[in-house]
Amino acid sequence: MTLILIVLLPFLMAALPRLAGRAHRRRCALLAACAPALSLALLLAHAPAVFDGTVLQAGGPWLPAIGLNFTFMLDGFGFLFALLILAIGLLVILYAHYYLSAQDDPSRFFCLLLLFMGSMLGVVLSDNLLLLVVFWECTSLSSFLLIGFWRDRSEARQGARMALAVTGAGGLALLAGVLLIGYITGSFELSEVLDQREMLQGHPLFPLALILVLLGAFTKSAQFPFHFWLPHAMAAPTPVSAYLHSATMVKAGVFLLARMYPLLGGNDLWFLLVTGVGLVTLVFAAWVALFQQDLKGLLAYSTISHLGLITLLFGLDTPLAVVAGVFHIINHATFKASLFMAAGIIDHETGTRDLRRLNGLARYMPVTATLVAVAAAAMAGVPLLNGFLSKEMLLAKTVAIDTGTWADWLIPVMATLAGAFAVAYSLRLVHDVFFNGEPVGLERTPHEPPRWMRVPVELLVVLCVLVGVMPNLLVAPLLDVAVSGVLLGNVPEYSISLWHGFNLPLAMSVVALLLGSAIYFGLQGGYNLHLYRDDGVSAKRLFDRLLETTVSIARLVTGGMQNGSLQRYLWLMVAVTLAAGALPFFLDDYSLGDELLLPTNGAAIAMWLAVVAATVATVALHRRRLLSLIAVGAVGLLVSLTFVLFSAPDLALTQLSVEVVTVVLLMVALRHLPATTPVEGSLPRHLRDALLALAAGIGMAALAYAALTRPLASISTYFLEQSVPKGGGSNVVNVILVDFRSFDTLVEILVLAVAGLTIHALLSGFAAPGRGPVPDPHEARPLMLRVLARLILPFALAASVYLFLRGHNEPGGGFVAGLVTAIALLVQYMASGRDAVPGRAHAGAPGPAAPPGEEGFDRWIAAGMFSVGLTGLGAVLIGFPFLTSSYAYFDLPLLGKVPLASAMFFDVGVYLTVVGSTMMMLASIGRVTTVPGQPAGPTPPAPDAAARAVRMEAS
Amino acid sequence: MELLLASGIGVLTTAGVWLLLRARTFPVMLGLTLLSYAVNLFIFSMGRLAIGAAPVIRDGVERYADPLPQALVLTAIVIAFGMTALLLALSVRMGYDSGTDHVDGRGGGKP
Repeated sequence: MTLILIVLLPFLMAALPRLAGRAHRRRCALLAACAPALSLALLLAHAPAVFDGTVLQAGGPWLPAIGLNFTFMLDGFGFLFALLILAIGLLVILYAHYYLSAQDDPSRFFCLLLLFMGSMLGVVLSDNLLLLVVFWECTSLSSFLLIGFWRDRSEARQGARMALAVTGAGGLALLAGVLLIGYITGSFELSEVLDQREMLQGHPLFPLALILVLLGAFTKSAQFPFHFWLPHAMAAPTPVSAYLHSATMVKAGVFLLARMYPLLGGNDLWFLLVTGVGLVTLVFAAWVALFQQDLKGLLAYSTISHLGLITLLFGLDTPLAVVAGVFHIINHATFKASLFMAAGIIDHETGTRDLRRLNGLARYMPVTATLVAVAAAAMAGVPLLNGFLSKEMLLAKTVAIDTGTWADWLIPVMATLAGAFAVAYSLRLVHDVFFNGEPVGLERTPHEPPRWMRVPVELLVVLCVLVGVMPNLLVAPLLDVAVSGVLLGNVPEYSISLWHGFNLPLAMSVVALLLGSAIYFGLQGGYNLHLYRDDGVSAKRLFDRLLETTVSIARLVTGGMQNGSLQRYLWLMVAVTLAAGALPFFLDDYSLGDELLLPTNGAAIAMWLAVVAATVATVALHRRRLLSLIAVGAVGLLVSLTFVLFSAPDLALTQLSVEVVTVVLLMVALRHLPATTPVEGSLPRHLRDALLALAAGIGMAALAYAALTRPLASISTYFLEQSVPKGGGSNVVNVILVDFRSFDTLVEILVLAVAGLTIHALLSGFAAPGRGPVPDPHEARPLMLRVLARLILPFALAASVYLFLRGHNEPGGGFVAGLVTAIALLVQYMASGRDAVPGRAHAGAPGPAAPPGEEGFDRWIAAGMFSVGLTGLGAVLIGFPFLTSSYAYFDLPLLGKVPLASAMFFDVGVYLTVVGSTMMMLASIGRVTTVPGQPAGPTPPAPDAAARAVRMEAS
Repeated sequence: MELLLASGIGVLTTAGVWLLLRARTFPVMLGLTLLSYAVNLFIFSMGRLAIGAAPVIRDGVERYADPLPQALVLTAIVIAFGMTALLLALSVRMGYDSGTDHVDGRGGGKP
């Protein structure tokens, strides 16, 4: 549990700095430091167990169906990373407190920083690979927000976007790779997957999985050719650069390499890709770093180069190289974070990071100069500092390569060369900033920073020295346990020491030191690095070009497809659906089954003829709208007769009542629409539509016929058997609706309720401009209808109560009862005018009383949804899942022995919602009033307008 | 019997799609209604056809109509009703707002 808290605390406490408000920087920083301090304490509490070699695990299932579990694992390697993240995080918070200016919002900054910290901890402590990917994406997102912290600066926004695009794309590749690994090994838990190396590497999909995972690692760790986002990420505030873009986030890539090494390493492809990319990055970035004019740019390229070095070490594929890699991760984090913070101090005190203007600062800030000089020496690999030790190990490992190819000599030579470049750029950093003449055009005289702003730098630099002098005392146990985590306990024999005697690696170190000094002073003296201008083909330009092309292609496609015509979208949609539906017809054979068919009888043929006739009439008469509406009503009635024929009385009842309501609604709407449809559209267009319609019809008929002639394997036996014992009702359809699948029904009536409310919002109180139907208070209502309607109402309501009560055992139920009630009210409406409806609703039906106006029906809907939700929650209250139902038998007069299920209350809710929504729709549409005396509303377009419409359609 | 139902579904679909692709709102609503009949019958037919089968549980009865497609179709009928009603309200409002009942709002008095 405490293990999970280590990761969750930064997330949980991320909002704390927000509480302090932007005006209190100190309070923000203090609150922000709480989470890492607590997490660090928890982590250290686990230290004894971790150093004993146990692997701690915690967590539980999250979405077990897809293999995503909320599981965490703490071993030595995870411990090392968590320690780096939390310790450097604390230092960065302290540093940022002094770094941020009065204009910056510290609460937002620290909140984002904590979110990042939690994500990073999640990456290094996740046991589940999918969870790791989730946190991985979180680091990309929080990095995006932090790079873009100064959102008013365009280079910050661009840099943030570029970092997100590159690392986000890499994250997708990683996800794909992880899914492949899970597919091959059958598990997403790191602790289980790591044992399955043989099986995974023997699989034909292994190379693909390897490349995808490496893509994720390389983009995150800014390896060539994906390195270009990191220099642009330097637009971030410097604490962010120190924390994310040198010490932690970019290390996530090499972390992944190390984590996956036991699983994915040990084959030629791994060696080739990881070593190759690492080597190119190491040399290339070290060379480019030399020519940067921006202080942070130099550090960024140096970071890329060092990440290349670590990548190279993991690529070498020997246990000893892994030791060196892990060691360099620790060392690089200490000296590079201190250098970045020092760069921030210089920027803070002088107002610039331009190496051409920063000169001779040693006189103004001697302490900072000393600190930077020591850290830079560590970066260059000068003896007695930590950088020397790991670099020496690297050189020894490159010498030890024995593949029998040209790589045996190429890699040591390139490594020495990169070492020389590192010496050169470190020299430039120190020499150019603190010596080399006088500062140029500074706005103010620089001086030392506030005391506590320098403390984090001092601490880290002291660590550099101490580790460099006494490696075995300080860092060996941590390194040991971390390496044992990477190599699954098989730690090789190794020794860290300052002096291994005169050997080849030492000679290479000396060569690098001398050559590097020569390169720097040679370049600076003969050529003056300050005059160098970078105007070649940059990766940024390529990236921008790629982005622009993608956007313009997307725009072309969207613009070509979407011209704003709904009619066009509709036919495209039908065509695409049709194509998708037609594909199986052509890929597989279309064949009929050999089930016994039902014999045809005369009634069925008559009904078929009637359906066809009514349908044809609907189409043929569709220009005369009232007639076609009547035809459509006929089709609906015939459909409900079809349900009667095929033993589905529930459907027949529902279809019948829905039909009535729909036709009435359409009739009411027709008062607001033109009575006829004009002739329009070109011949080719009609042909195309006819073709689509015919194809759709033939396809549906063929599909239905094929299915009907094949044998049926239904899961309905379960519902038929369990309906009475479990649901307490013999009407299986109703029991399915209100019990077995009641959640579906809940959402369904929700849809109905939303439809009703939306119609209300669209039309309620809408005064239509134009020549619609003018309300006539003295409009004559047919006397017969008025009288009949009054008479019918009680009977209809009684019928709906009856249908409702018997619904659980006989055809009926909440839906039908609701619709019958609605129809009864509808008849009142038609007979007595719209004002009659709410009054009837008030007098005639159960449920809350409706106040005047159609707004009363929203209460019906609310009461219905409330009743449904309450039924569901009732089950939760007594300890069952949502919507579990129970029942008991009761004796009721007239109806006999009736099982009263809790589902009954659910059905009451269905009833109320159906009545409320239906009446809401009708009342809203019926109440649209028109303002008389204004010019025309929707009328059939005049001939010239029609002609214009035709032309537009044809285009 | 099966052929009758399948061809009926085909006829309803053809008419529904044709009307759905018309330019005015009212035929589109009619088309949607016809199409929903077709789809409901189609889903219903997936439980196969049974004449004279018992729809509710009775002692001693062996042959029942498949209740699952029926429950699905019952839901579908109600949803289709809600959708038609919403479309109807939209077209009434759009008719007044744009001055035309063309689905793309063309040829009306207002832009």
